[in-house]
Amino acid sequence: MRYIPHTEADVTRMLDAIGVASVEALFEGVPTKLRMRAPLSLPPALSEQELLAEFSSLAERNAHTGTHDWFLGAGTYAHFAPSAVDALVSRSEFTTSYTPYQPEISQGTLQAIFEWQTMIAGLTGLEVANASLYDGASAAAEGALMAMRTTRRSRVVLSAGLHPHYRQVVRTYLAGLGAEIVEARRAPDGRTAPLAPLVDAGTACVVMQQPAFLGCVEDVGAAADAARAHDARLVVVVAEALSLALLRSPGDCGADIACGEAQSFGVPMGLGGPHLGFLATRQRFVRQLPGRLAGQTVDAEGRRGFVLTLSTREQHIRRERATSNICTNQGLCLLMATVYLALLGPEGLRRLARLNLSKAEYAKARVRATPGLSLPLAAPTFNEFVVGVPDSAEAGLARARERRILGGLDLAAFAPELGPAVLVCTTELASRAAIDRLVAALAGRPA
Amino acid sequence: MSTADRRDRVGNATRGFAYEEPLLFERSRPGREGFSLPASDVPDVEPSEHLPPEALRDAIPGLPELSEVDVVRHFTRLSTWNAAVDLGLYPLGSCTMKYNPKVNEKIARLPGFANAHPLQPIPLLQGFLELCFELERQLAEITGMDRVTLQPAAGAQGELAGVMMIRAYHAHRGERRTRVLVPDSAHGTNPASAARNGYEVVSIPSGEDGLLHPEPVAAAMSEDVAALMITNPSTLGLFEEHIARIAEIVHAKGGLVYGDGANLNALLGIARPGDLGIDVMHLNLHKTFSTPHGGGGPGAGPVGVKQLLAPYLPTPVVRRREASEGGGFALDEDLPHSIGRLHANTGNAGMLVRALAYLRSLGPDGLRRCAEMAVLNANYLLARLRGVYALPYDRRVMHECVLSDRNLADTGVTTLDVAKRLIDYGYHPPTVYFPLIVHGAIMIEPTESESLEGLDRFAEAMLAIASEAREDPDLVRSAPHHTRLARLDETRAARQPVLRWQPPE
Repeated sequence: MRYIPHTEADVTRMLDAIGVASVEALFEGVPTKLRMRAPLSLPPALSEQELLAEFSSLAERNAHTGTHDWFLGAGTYAHFAPSAVDALVSRSEFTTSYTPYQPEISQGTLQAIFEWQTMIAGLTGLEVANASLYDGASAAAEGALMAMRTTRRSRVVLSAGLHPHYRQVVRTYLAGLGAEIVEARRAPDGRTAPLAPLVDAGTACVVMQQPAFLGCVEDVGAAADAARAHDARLVVVVAEALSLALLRSPGDCGADIACGEAQSFGVPMGLGGPHLGFLATRQRFVRQLPGRLAGQTVDAEGRRGFVLTLSTREQHIRRERATSNICTNQGLCLLMATVYLALLGPEGLRRLARLNLSKAEYAKARVRATPGLSLPLAAPTFNEFVVGVPDSAEAGLARARERRILGGLDLAAFAPELGPAVLVCTTELASRAAIDRLVAALAGRPA
Repeated sequence: MSTADRRDRVGNATRGFAYEEPLLFERSRPGREGFSLPASDVPDVEPSEHLPPEALRDAIPGLPELSEVDVVRHFTRLSTWNAAVDLGLYPLGSCTMKYNPKVNEKIARLPGFANAHPLQPIPLLQGFLELCFELERQLAEITGMDRVTLQPAAGAQGELAGVMMIRAYHAHRGERRTRVLVPDSAHGTNPASAARNGYEVVSIPSGEDGLLHPEPVAAAMSEDVAALMITNPSTLGLFEEHIARIAEIVHAKGGLVYGDGANLNALLGIARPGDLGIDVMHLNLHKTFSTPHGGGGPGAGPVGVKQLLAPYLPTPVVRRREASEGGGFALDEDLPHSIGRLHANTGNAGMLVRALAYLRSLGPDGLRRCAEMAVLNANYLLARLRGVYALPYDRRVMHECVLSDRNLADTGVTTLDVAKRLIDYGYHPPTVYFPLIVHGAIMIEPTESESLEGLDRFAEAMLAIASEAREDPDLVRSAPHHTRLARLDETRAARQPVLRWQPPE
């Protein structure tokens, strides 16, 4: 076995040193009647060459951005990542280390976390960010839980535009804790209907996704007013992190907590994971944050360094009274995003966001000009929007697939009240020619 | 060797060629960029013409301006400040820092895995669904469980899912149980996961031999107890030999037994938790199944369950379709008693790909060999260190051994000092001060990846440090001496938290 170095001579020497006669004897602590009598029923080992062939053939049975023009977003976004991102995160000093419990030999990881926290604080317009969470969905749930802890209230109001999967995860996370979950209605223009009637003195928070699942840019300021009227928290969830480059920051809109999914920042779509949850808040709630935090300090000779800090919030110290049970999070994905954001900088990120918006506005103009297609929601959008189609979304998307286009998400299961409709996302990867072909396919016109 | 010599050169670490590197923000120069965009093939739009002015932002604070060269040098230098498995032994107990095969990284980057989308139509997702189905089957076989969900993104999220399923199971039977039993040697995640589900946690003391005994479990067990959470082998590296009897006691009162699979590496092909009375357990793919730890994730924490918990699995679940349905694989959302969804998608797919690649590389014989060599390595280290370091529970260990600093008490040198001095010898320290029931615990898990000569060098470093503690305790107490930074002030970091960079006033 190429991953195990022991020769038979080594094993013999080691057994002698231990003072046992056989490897079998090392397992004397396992009662005989509890031991397996037969070998595991698993396929035999493959050589590296065979392994690559087998997994290549599995991978080839999935569509990907190299096989189709791509318009599918809905929480997982196809963006271009500079080559330096993968090259740097592939350094095995990053990939094969663990949680930086020993700061003197983990300064690389710790400084990167500190840089990430600084970037997320800036992007969200808040003061402190943690060292990542599993994904946008669990980040939304952790945001709601944090609001419940800081208000000691248990009613949670969800905006109409919260990603349906995030909504499900929030329900799963809150199920055992006696929370009441209230779902807001969607107004005809696609934004969330006024929230004030749903917020009361028992409300812990309003959770609002920006932009909404269907792409609409919400009025976050109004949500902040509704929350503030009853001293509830506003939790802003961002599923398409690139929107932060153009849209007013959650903190500036009055959010107490901003959380969401930063996969767009250089993390591959990767079949939905690993992605990169983030969470930021105001300084006064810092001791209620879930997950790891890196902080600045000095060493014994007064030089700057970084450590994991405020760990009395965490499970390994506080056990059943911890702010969460989180241990491992998404360290390497955090590093991808930190490298990505360092390469783009504020101007690059803004130009990229503007390019995404331009592609979407071009596509929307084509849709408007195409008989049979419609834009059923009037609210402004960023890089994702709903297209009403003439026959059925399934048929339109099938026509697109025949032309090697993944045309977006069929909304039949997510928003049936819109009639036949597709959620279309245009990132920088969407060429004008591909947009034109998608529009034609959805409208049922010849290729 | 003189003190001065020892400060300079011991073991396999020497004074290195180390770079200083500021924060990204301190390197930033206005106008630099490290990114190129293609020329737009659509009309450029002015955001304020399409979005309401109150929805737009001004500056983006907190991002640096750097060239690609700046960024590459920055992170390359940072990387050189990390210890890593690829640099050497990383014996962090309970974390199973085994070698992470390179081929798995290559496989995870194949475009059909890396550049595919979780919501693409099922017919265009068949390679991934088949992979999930096969991984579930193999993990079920290894653990002796009936069904597996791959959705949890980490071991702790797996625990959360497992306890949720336990709660759903009792609720479905019309029972409101309020307590969960957790041995005092457990990982902190166990009580935290129980509390996150609204349960009261009852701590069960370990016996004088370090094992969990049936009597205290029987005494605490009632019809109010939803479950016992148990780690086997325990965090002391001991096989819980009373496990079958303990499970009977819990089951007799209608409770369930949760297995923390952090230490499964010791049992591969040797014994199966499902055969020991465990009803539900999580696995850490980043421990036992070699996916990289990534400086703190991403991991993956699949959960295996016995049939009685299958109705409560998180959705969606992967299902093999009958030939009459057209064959292939589907994702089912329709599970009426499910605890619901736990992840935005179907889990950390990239980690699932790597784990199955690992299983296919090892096969049944290779897996068993992992357990055997991991246990051999831990027992060999114990044999080399016994006597010099105190051994709180003198029993045959499995994949890790727990020592303590008790024999050094008269020198003033503590476990923390030994850990920091090990860094000077070129080793990442073991897990320290855990489990909590051992004062000054030093928890060493070498894994099967380490060779005899590598273990000998580590043992010699440990022994040398014990001698140094007697001859020159200050040398040990002020370690590390070879690192770029000396010991860091963690108290200050917590008392005056500085959690982001801010421009100088």
